[in-house]
Amino acid sequence: MVEEISNTELQELIYIVQHQYGYDFNDYAKSSLKRRFVRFMGHASVATLVEFKTRLQTDPVFFKWMVEYITVNVTEMFRDPGFYKLLREEVLPRLATYPIIKIWHAGCATGEEVYSMAILLQEAGLLERSRLYATDMNAANLEKANTGIVPMKWMKDYTHNYIQSGGRNDFSDYYTARYDNAIIHPSLRKNIIFFQHNLVTDQVFNEFQLICCRNVFIYFNRPLQEKVVSLFYDSLTTRGYLALGMKESMLFSKERKKFEVVNGPYKIFRRKL
Amino acid sequence: MKPATGFDIIAIGGSAGSLPVMGKLVRELPPDMKTPVILVLHRLKNVYSELNKLMSTNRPIIEPEDKEPVKPGCIYLAPQNYHLLVEPDNTFSLDYSELVHYSRPAIDETFFSIAATYGRGALGILLSGANSDGAAGLLRIVKNGGTGIAQDPEEADFDIMPLAAIELSNKIDVMRTDEIATFIRTKYTNK
Repeated sequence: MVEEISNTELQELIYIVQHQYGYDFNDYAKSSLKRRFVRFMGHASVATLVEFKTRLQTDPVFFKWMVEYITVNVTEMFRDPGFYKLLREEVLPRLATYPIIKIWHAGCATGEEVYSMAILLQEAGLLERSRLYATDMNAANLEKANTGIVPMKWMKDYTHNYIQSGGRNDFSDYYTARYDNAIIHPSLRKNIIFFQHNLVTDQVFNEFQLICCRNVFIYFNRPLQEKVVSLFYDSLTTRGYLALGMKESMLFSKERKKFEVVNGPYKIFRRKL
Repeated sequence: MKPATGFDIIAIGGSAGSLPVMGKLVRELPPDMKTPVILVLHRLKNVYSELNKLMSTNRPIIEPEDKEPVKPGCIYLAPQNYHLLVEPDNTFSLDYSELVHYSRPAIDETFFSIAATYGRGALGILLSGANSDGAAGLLRIVKNGGTGIAQDPEEADFDIMPLAAIELSNKIDVMRTDEIATFIRTKYTNK
């Protein structure tokens, strides 16, 4: 079993993936990318690096499996409840002034944060005139997100988070429990559009009042973060909001001067003119 | 400044029963030690605790942000709900993928990463805990030429974690808390 891979070996893997299939992982953070590759090799019972490279080069199905595995992203409903409380109290009242509210969840993974946003909008009476664009590079994630299914075993945690975020309703009104799964109510999902978009290679596709991209930057190196912040700037309306993960910083970004800080600890920014 | 005689990085991992020990080790670090220290503690998600107070240390304990440089003389704590890794360019990176040993942060992930980044310069210390997270990581540190210490299972509140490591390799040293503190101090005493 392969326990770790060197920088040179990582470069070789990135090269194969890029030249064979066009996916560009050059600007991903190295340690976590290595760790994803190693975990995939264990998961797929690939014994050696040579075998791994050969299979990547010869087997497109295996490649697809690999990409979906390494870019899979776990997520939670109402993760960091304080963040959602701020959205309720500070951000949504401002968004309410727009006739149509457009929100982009970039790197939405399996959709839990988008559903959380839909619940907030519903409670603020804004869902009917909101459009939620939820994108991810991983097609398997999106397929799952589209079903609206969330494992029942997490619902206790999510309910707790929801209450912490200032939620006053009965959280179980938002889903139907069926055996081991909960299905988010279709009325909450009807204004959500899930589609594939790769932040590394794809461009601006609309203009938004709020972009949420939480815990995606941690997988990117600084130059790529820089590039994506610039993409977000171009995708935001003037005075539009950008929300990053709580441990993600724009401190190192040259673009940071184009944004003002709305809330430091919760990493909510606003596009200047 | 005398030439560095100690380690390039010290990582201390623990779970149930490890907090008082971690606090004692942090309090007894040589005051002028420049080696950065990383603490990885199993903790609840979406709960923010004031670990400085819990460990009653005056030195600030920093929860690093993504891509923050690892600075000399600083004590870091793996943030709740992320794995904490160190990149080859000596910056932190965070990872929010699956739980490892039912934990995020996982001790193994930080240990693997410092083993790869610091090699012989790494010291890993594994304390009390009720599962085997950290054992494979400590083994990796030792394999890569670093130093691995497990808390004496006789002394640990929960011996599963240190025992799991000790069973993996006889190159992992077994010490009581006061011995670990002394061991670190001797590495920073100029003879």
